[in-house]
Amino acid sequence: MSQYLEIFIDESKEHLQTINEQLLELEKSPADLSIVNEIFRSAHTLKGMSATMGFEDLANLTHQMENVLDGIRNHKITVTPELLDIVFRAVDDLEAMVNSIAEGGDGKRDVREVVQQLKQIEQGEPPVVKTKQEPISAVPSLIQTYGEFEYNVLQQSKEQGFHTYEIFVKLRADCLLKAARVFMVFEALNQAGEVIKSNPSVELLEEEKFDQEFIVTVVSKETSEQLYQRIIKVSEIEEVTVTAIDVDQLRAGQGTQSQSTQSETEAAVTVENEEQKEKEATHKQTAANKTIRVNIERLDILMNLFEELVIDRGRLEQISRELNHPELHETVERMSRISSDLQNIILNMRMIPVETVFNRFPRMVRQLARDLGKKINLEIIGAETELDRTVIDEIGDPLVHLLRNAIDHGIETPEVRRAKGKPEEGTVKLKAYHSGNHVFIEIEDDGAGINREKVIQKAISKGIISKQNAVNLTDKQVYELIFASGFSTADKISDVSGRGVGLDVVKSTIESLGGSVTIDSQEGVGSVFSIQLPLTLSIISVMLVEIQNEKYAIPLSSIIETAIIKKEDILHAHHQKVIDFRGKVVPLLFLKDVFEVPVVKEEEEFFSVVIVRKGEKMAGLVVDSFIGQQEVVLKSLGNYLTSVFAISGATILGDGQVALIIDCNVLIK
Amino acid sequence: MMGVQETELKVIVFQLQDEEYAIPVQQVRSIEKVQHITRVPRTPKFVKGVINLRGVVTPIIDLRERFGIEALPFNEQTRVIIVALDEIEVGLIVDAANDVLDIPVKSIEPPPEVIEALEADYINGVAKVGKRLLILLNLEKVLDNKKSVF
Repeated sequence: MSQYLEIFIDESKEHLQTINEQLLELEKSPADLSIVNEIFRSAHTLKGMSATMGFEDLANLTHQMENVLDGIRNHKITVTPELLDIVFRAVDDLEAMVNSIAEGGDGKRDVREVVQQLKQIEQGEPPVVKTKQEPISAVPSLIQTYGEFEYNVLQQSKEQGFHTYEIFVKLRADCLLKAARVFMVFEALNQAGEVIKSNPSVELLEEEKFDQEFIVTVVSKETSEQLYQRIIKVSEIEEVTVTAIDVDQLRAGQGTQSQSTQSETEAAVTVENEEQKEKEATHKQTAANKTIRVNIERLDILMNLFEELVIDRGRLEQISRELNHPELHETVERMSRISSDLQNIILNMRMIPVETVFNRFPRMVRQLARDLGKKINLEIIGAETELDRTVIDEIGDPLVHLLRNAIDHGIETPEVRRAKGKPEEGTVKLKAYHSGNHVFIEIEDDGAGINREKVIQKAISKGIISKQNAVNLTDKQVYELIFASGFSTADKISDVSGRGVGLDVVKSTIESLGGSVTIDSQEGVGSVFSIQLPLTLSIISVMLVEIQNEKYAIPLSSIIETAIIKKEDILHAHHQKVIDFRGKVVPLLFLKDVFEVPVVKEEEEFFSVVIVRKGEKMAGLVVDSFIGQQEVVLKSLGNYLTSVFAISGATILGDGQVALIIDCNVLIK
Repeated sequence: MMGVQETELKVIVFQLQDEEYAIPVQQVRSIEKVQHITRVPRTPKFVKGVINLRGVVTPIIDLRERFGIEALPFNEQTRVIIVALDEIEVGLIVDAANDVLDIPVKSIEPPPEVIEALEADYINGVAKVGKRLLILLNLEKVLDNKKSVF
């Protein structure tokens, strides 16, 4: 059961996401019926699934929503922003229910108000074409829609003397082997004719992903009574209804529906669109079938196991070198190549597109814009950019903050924008892309930009900087002040982007992920917040160094460069050894002293120095030799050794030994 | 099942200096041979460093040094007993791992007062099994480094 529940929750979330996305689309083009159909499909599946799983409230609300959608589809209800607000609210409720189920709750929720509102919408419009469409709205799930292809098949069958029937089958509630009964029904029908279509689809029926009922469309030369007799013979069936369908009327019915608001050509376009959508849908489905869900923990285990393999690989390599056996050598080399390919694949498996974070933003932006009385167009670029799962989990909240900031403080109200000669609708661009070993996420708005003077005044009044300092600040430094804690540039404090508490949290969150955030702005034109993130948290690039007999790793992100200096180049200043490095005085830190490394080697005439930085400050770390650059897997030292001085973690090297990773931020004071 | 008092305790028995110690099997994850240990700087002396235990970086404590017994070079008999307590997983270096025993709960007595004060802290009790005297280790105390050398 729990295993089904997991699938149910995952799929429900996916369907809700689809509904969300499509509703936003619908708002942009309210006349596009293919969108409504898409939403309807998702809602319908959701209804079926939740009813099967026994979540009545969920099923009821979805059902009510479906009725409204059906009304839209049949042109009884017109799409307005107000209507969508209510539908969105219903979706929010659905989401809350699914989340409650995911957290082990019962998924119950008081949805009477929303249901009431939906009902009002459903009945609110005068039933213009009531007589014709009454049966449709009464039992919306009973009527199937047919694509062009299916329609053609029906048409041809008719020409060959077949009759078309829609058969509604209801299984008994205590039916144990639903799939088996479905199979028997299909078997019986195939003896008499041919099954053209079923709802839910055959795949779903086979997987028992349906409630007690399903509908099949059949072409047959037999009468409805004969068909009825065939099916009712299958045991555990409660109810069978066979309805004869006139194919021409079906076509005509669909035609008039489209014509009621649209011209002939437009209707044709809609049909075409629908067809295309359908194709896309099937396409999507096949793609979806090729992926499986894997618990991230399993991937971690896989990774750990693989690392063990790497250790043995290291040993094998060593042994083969010692034995100097050409065949063994060749085999080991091949194995090494394969295992490094394997490593790439395993690491890639942990990557997921930022889309999973981005896709909740359009809703949020829409709501915010409505709340604030602004017009905003959110452009999302590069949603397919991939990031490590752990980074994805952390990046959501900072992005929400920055987006809210851009909408609240950045984009002006329509009146102001008009006065400035800008289009009324502000644009917020959310852009993600890869560059080198990093992923960049940019939030760009074409709003008011940052007012340098205002920021400085505020910073002085808050005591963040002094008046004297303020004069010499570069623009960048001024913008940085926005990230200081206790800062808010909006004259009017709104509950949207808070009181400036957010941005310093944003900065620290991003930095804790090993990333950085910068601002660029031009007053009156807009601002760009740019976030730089490492591709993954678990793998970092390091420089391996040797100190006496011990190996340490220094993250490349903090290294400026490496140098070899002569002993006599070392200067003394305030009891501190320093070097003159490209015109700057850089203090030296002897790591063998810092880490109390047991000395086994003679001191040499030359020192190997790694120049590292923290912000503007630099330091030279003196080591014995450089081993080289390497990608390593970051590991924690466990719960026993917490807060070891200047060590941020450990990694396992190719030979299976552990090397410690140096935390340069602590070493630079 | 419920309500029945457990009458026997399954323990791993290991050797340290001349004495035999015991840890309940539930707390033991595995027993390993000594492998390369990476020293971790600026930690207490009894923390020998960390090892790579099947992909997990695991800290290693030398029990001899933890108990203030003179350290010996490792030999063929030396073992690392990986123990787990709550969220903490640590390896203990011991002279040898000897046995797995079921000891009757009744045979466990509180630690005798004559044992050296420092060591008594780390002991839950003493069990007599035949002629052998097993010292039951108090892992909580052994792994609690808050109040020691730091």
